[in-house]
Amino acid sequence: MSLELFTEGEPIADTKAPTDVPIGERWSERQFRGRLVNPTNRRKMTIIVVGTGLAGGSAAATLGEAGYRVKSFWYQDSPRRAHSVAAQGGINAAKNYRNDGDSVHRLFYDTVKGGDFRSREDNVHRLAEVSVNIIDQCVAQGVPFAREYGGLLDNRSFGGTQVSRTFYARGQTGQQLLYGAYQALERQIAAGSVEQNARTEMLDLIVVDGRARGIVARDLVSGEISTHFADAVVIASGGYGNVFYLSTNAKGSNTTAIWRAHKRGAYFANPCYTQIHPTCIPVKGDYQSKLTLMSESLRNDGRVWVPKERGDDRPANDIPEDERDYYLERLYPSFGNLVPRDIASRQAKNVCDEGRGVGPGGLGVYLDFAEAIKRLGRPAVEAKYGNLFDMYAQITGEDPYVTPMRIFPAVHYTMGGLWVDYDLQSTIPGMFVIGEANFSDHGANRLGASALMQGLADGYFVLPSTISSYLADGPFDKIDESHPAVVEAVQGVQEQTQRLLSINGNRTPASFHRELGQLMWDLCGMERTDEGLRKAIDRIREIRQEFWSNLKVGGDWHSFNQTLEHAGRVADFIELGELMCVDALHRRESCGGHFRAESQTPEGEALRDDENFAYVAAWEWTPEGQPPVLHKENLEYEYVHLAQRSYK
Amino acid sequence: MTATRHDAPMTSSVGNPGAEKRGMNLTLRIWRQQGPTVKGKMVTYKITDISPDMSFLEMLDVLNEQLIMQGDDPVAFDHDCREGICGMCGVMINGQAHGPQQTTTCQLHMRSFKDGDSIDIEPWRATAFPIIKDLAVDRRAFDRIIQSGGYISVPTGTAPEAHATPVPKADSDAAFDAATCIGCGACVAACPNASSMLFTAAKVTHLGLLPQGQPERNDRVVNMVAQQDREGFGGCTNIGECSASCPKGISMETISRLNHDLLGALRAGARPKS
Amino acid sequence: MTVEHAQRRTPKVAKTNSVFKKAVMAVTGIIMVLYLIAHVIGNLKAFSGAEAFNSYSGWIRTVGNPALPGETTLWVIRIVLLVAVVAHFWAAVSLWRQAKRARPQGYVTKKATAQSYASRTMRWGGVIIGAFIIYHILDLTLGTVNAEGFDSTPYERLVASFQNPFVTIFYAISVILLGMHLRHGIWSATQTLGQSNRRREKTVSLFAVAFATAITLGFLLVPLSVLFGLID
Ligand SMILES: Cc1cc2nc3c(=O)[nH]c(=O)nc-3n(C[C@H](O)[C@H](O)[C@H](O)COP(=O)(O)OP(=O)(O)OC[C@H]3O[C@@H](n4cnc5c(N)ncnc54)[C@H](O)[C@@H]3O)c2cc1C
Ligand code: HEM
Ligand code: SF4
Ligand code: FES
Repeated sequence: MSLELFTEGEPIADTKAPTDVPIGERWSERQFRGRLVNPTNRRKMTIIVVGTGLAGGSAAATLGEAGYRVKSFWYQDSPRRAHSVAAQGGINAAKNYRNDGDSVHRLFYDTVKGGDFRSREDNVHRLAEVSVNIIDQCVAQGVPFAREYGGLLDNRSFGGTQVSRTFYARGQTGQQLLYGAYQALERQIAAGSVEQNARTEMLDLIVVDGRARGIVARDLVSGEISTHFADAVVIASGGYGNVFYLSTNAKGSNTTAIWRAHKRGAYFANPCYTQIHPTCIPVKGDYQSKLTLMSESLRNDGRVWVPKERGDDRPANDIPEDERDYYLERLYPSFGNLVPRDIASRQAKNVCDEGRGVGPGGLGVYLDFAEAIKRLGRPAVEAKYGNLFDMYAQITGEDPYVTPMRIFPAVHYTMGGLWVDYDLQSTIPGMFVIGEANFSDHGANRLGASALMQGLADGYFVLPSTISSYLADGPFDKIDESHPAVVEAVQGVQEQTQRLLSINGNRTPASFHRELGQLMWDLCGMERTDEGLRKAIDRIREIRQEFWSNLKVGGDWHSFNQTLEHAGRVADFIELGELMCVDALHRRESCGGHFRAESQTPEGEALRDDENFAYVAAWEWTPEGQPPVLHKENLEYEYVHLAQRSYK
Repeated sequence: MTATRHDAPMTSSVGNPGAEKRGMNLTLRIWRQQGPTVKGKMVTYKITDISPDMSFLEMLDVLNEQLIMQGDDPVAFDHDCREGICGMCGVMINGQAHGPQQTTTCQLHMRSFKDGDSIDIEPWRATAFPIIKDLAVDRRAFDRIIQSGGYISVPTGTAPEAHATPVPKADSDAAFDAATCIGCGACVAACPNASSMLFTAAKVTHLGLLPQGQPERNDRVVNMVAQQDREGFGGCTNIGECSASCPKGISMETISRLNHDLLGALRAGARPKS
Repeated sequence: MTVEHAQRRTPKVAKTNSVFKKAVMAVTGIIMVLYLIAHVIGNLKAFSGAEAFNSYSGWIRTVGNPALPGETTLWVIRIVLLVAVVAHFWAAVSLWRQAKRARPQGYVTKKATAQSYASRTMRWGGVIIGAFIIYHILDLTLGTVNAEGFDSTPYERLVASFQNPFVTIFYAISVILLGMHLRHGIWSATQTLGQSNRRREKTVSLFAVAFATAITLGFLLVPLSVLFGLID
């Protein structure tokens, strides 16, 4: 491996999980050994929470209830808009309401295996334990989960698991869970325990004497750059899938909060682990601004196919049965159309690469319900998928009951994120990271309905408990604007903002973002190669250079300036993109969402290399011009045995 | 227009229904306003070659890219998820909240318009939703209505086992329907009285239908109604513009339910916190 | 005492809220509707001739006699109606002003999607109806503006008024507006009083239309008959 791309530093390890007791007791043991903050002291401590998604919203509300002084930040107008709102499918919990053999241990096992053995057992086990409390909490808040006629909660099987452990609220589970957390948060805002900072973007972390002590933020309406101090900082800013420009994330989803924290010393773990979802509505044109996910449940009844011949441009319904290639059924006779996300995505890419894709640009495959409609009748299909079909028709203007849907994979979730220990604390003391922003529980691949579970586990139950061990040493010495570290951070933000505005070149932030995204998709997307990644790194460096010399952002920073917001985010995406490529390049194995063409079985399946890569790659940022430093956290599997996945 | 998403060998566009369509030319009249206290006005823009497959916001993106390149101030508008669920987007399009279809602005597509059309775009207008800039307004009044009682008080960790209280499926489904409100504000924007009744009623209905919501039911409704009045929204006169403009189809029935609960709560002696 | 003070103050907040005002409007509206039903039945007595009509009008002045002295019932009805009209008007104006404050700057372009002509004309329609009611009382009850003067019989005043086509046209317009007011008002009142739901919605709307039409026709019948000489 070329030395100039990175260097290797000291290994890193979690020291918080009490590994001296069996895994099932570690969480309660950790809580018992952890230190507490007494209620009167809590009132003297301030905690900053960046983000109001499932993770941040639930954390801020819970910490407020506990009596801490919480300052909550988000970039939208209302906390209810965090992108958790868009999650459709459901949330897992080991309730075993179906009496089908589910248990905490099985959920733990499935999640470790689903993560392709690249996650930390202790964290995953805790997640499975806490999952049951989440459902209780949400139901008590009034989350209207689907119910059966007897009035009890309904469950379904999701993402190919053999048990039915997914709780759902029609196709809007994330929305309903988020509103539960949002309402709890608003209640605390009304009670005065949480201070709200709407439309305020975190632009830097303030670190004083090695501890995270606050943030620098910009009020997106007035443009004012302000500082906020606290005894601890919690980051819950969501995923960074928008590095690909097109993804199922919200337009404003960004890496800025975690990237700036990374630049202040927080290690970034497994940045290259990206989940690409197979059933999204394909791209229509180069004006495309985002991609829309269609629930995976569609694959239960839809059949995926492309024409057998390259360049067959007949309308779908004119292609006779024997000239269609139902490639998933052909390649995976036992799982067929229900193979895991990464496999379905990669095979779609393969057939399109062969020139057999359909729709604009040949970037799509058919998802055909003709057979299901014949078998079940149109009313049954309508009842099951009506809202999805409507959504598809709304976006594409085509009637999926008549012509097959076209689908294509899209970037959906980022398993990577800031490195945290068992307490969810980053490598900067006093800075905690929760939700999709951390790397903790999903390894190299996230199972369906597990991100909502993780966000709420972190926010409601884990962080509020673990953070007290840290705060037991507080409150820390007061700091103010005049502290040199604060002055330096504020100046840095001001300078960068000014610089973005003063280049006055010839390209908009969106144009750079699109170019970066295309590059990442092509070379660091579903299939990655040594050569491609090297090329990508070179190109990203060029893009970065051009960005800082040819960017055009109008207006000033003392006002509502959406172009400026975007520019700042793109600047961070460019830097992150490079690290993702470096990470992908260094990991010369395939695992979960990371597929290296060089590492596959003779049948073309992902081939892990446990000998050399059973570790978390935690990256340390280094100043301009120096390669990032890799710290490995070795992964050991005590309870789940390492095994190769097979879906043949 | 054709998209290139990867450098795979590409054949001629395959089975592409819309490939040859020519783009539309449109006249846009957009409300431009520098800030909350500045006077605004409608400004006319011509835009060409708009694909019918574009979303309405993508059309605005195209306009903004052009404005930025010309050194003009791009049009400010709110949006985030662009899939009809966050409730952040929302503008008046030719006098209708979210435009001619009952959906969110981000889910409206340009195929709803035709070549040569003139489109008027304005922000939501209501005292309680001050304009931030151009088409972006401040809807935090909605959050304050929720703060006044739109929740069930259940501190984390105190919840009983989820199956302890069965909920009749019909109630649970009806609660869900009301709970789908995305807080976009189209109801207020469309209402001739600028009333927030549908928004408030959706929450009162959602929580009021569930057994978990009963203990706070009376206080919730009196406080939420008092808050919406305090925010400066208009009163409801049951006209129904709200429900007809609501992208989630929240029904007028929720308003009846709110009224019912409110009158009952007042009779039972519930009074708003001041 | 502070406690008492507080107790007296809080309900006031509750009672000035927008929903409460609407409830006042609904209840007073319904009271007026009940009166209208009686009123229209009485009017139709005009078809039975002057005798019947005048004795009906005499009857309302004496119902309850001798248990109740003189015109008690009539005065009770008058007071209730007066209070109803004033309260209705107060609530309407105050909600109207609230709506104005809620959107001081209107849209450049605004299209109605669900709003009916009836719901849109509640306010101005209401004002016209109000003006009409005043005129109507001056005309037919007090006779001050009536050609026959105040010492005529009700039947004479009725005939005198409606032989004038302008009076009849004003009357007709007002009654039609009233019909529309009721068409929206009845549906609106069921909503306001929390009695509407998805199942009932259709029935209530149909009933509102049927009822409003019946009342309008009932009121139109007499003056039109007078105008066209069917009654004289
Ligand atoms: C379309 C879609 C469908 C999904 N479906 C499912 C599903 O069915 N089941 C499942 O388990 N998971 C699903 N997921 C994944 C899951 O929804 C997310 O991983 C999870 O909701 C993330 O929650 P979060 O709280 O970490 O972040 P988010 O909900 O993204 O919240 C981020 C918060 O941070 C704030 N923020 C961000 N940057 C800044 C900044 N710089 N300064 C200040 N504030 C900032 C934002 O305002 C926001 O409040 C889906 C994801 C998508 C995109
Ligand atoms: C003094 C003149 C009047 C004025 C200014 C007036 C005005 C109004 C207004 C503004 C409304 C509310 C509009 C709405 O809900 O959309 C209303 C409602 C109503 N009006 Fe009138 N009105 C008048 C007279 C009458 C009369 C004479 C009747 C009946 C005979 C009547 C019956 C009703 C009813 C039943 C309602 C429905 C109440 C509700 O919305 O809950 N009104 N009126
Ligand atoms: S009720 Fe409908 S229109 Fe009003 S805020 Fe909710 S979703 Fe939007
Ligand atoms: S942008 Fe989220 S609903 Fe339109």
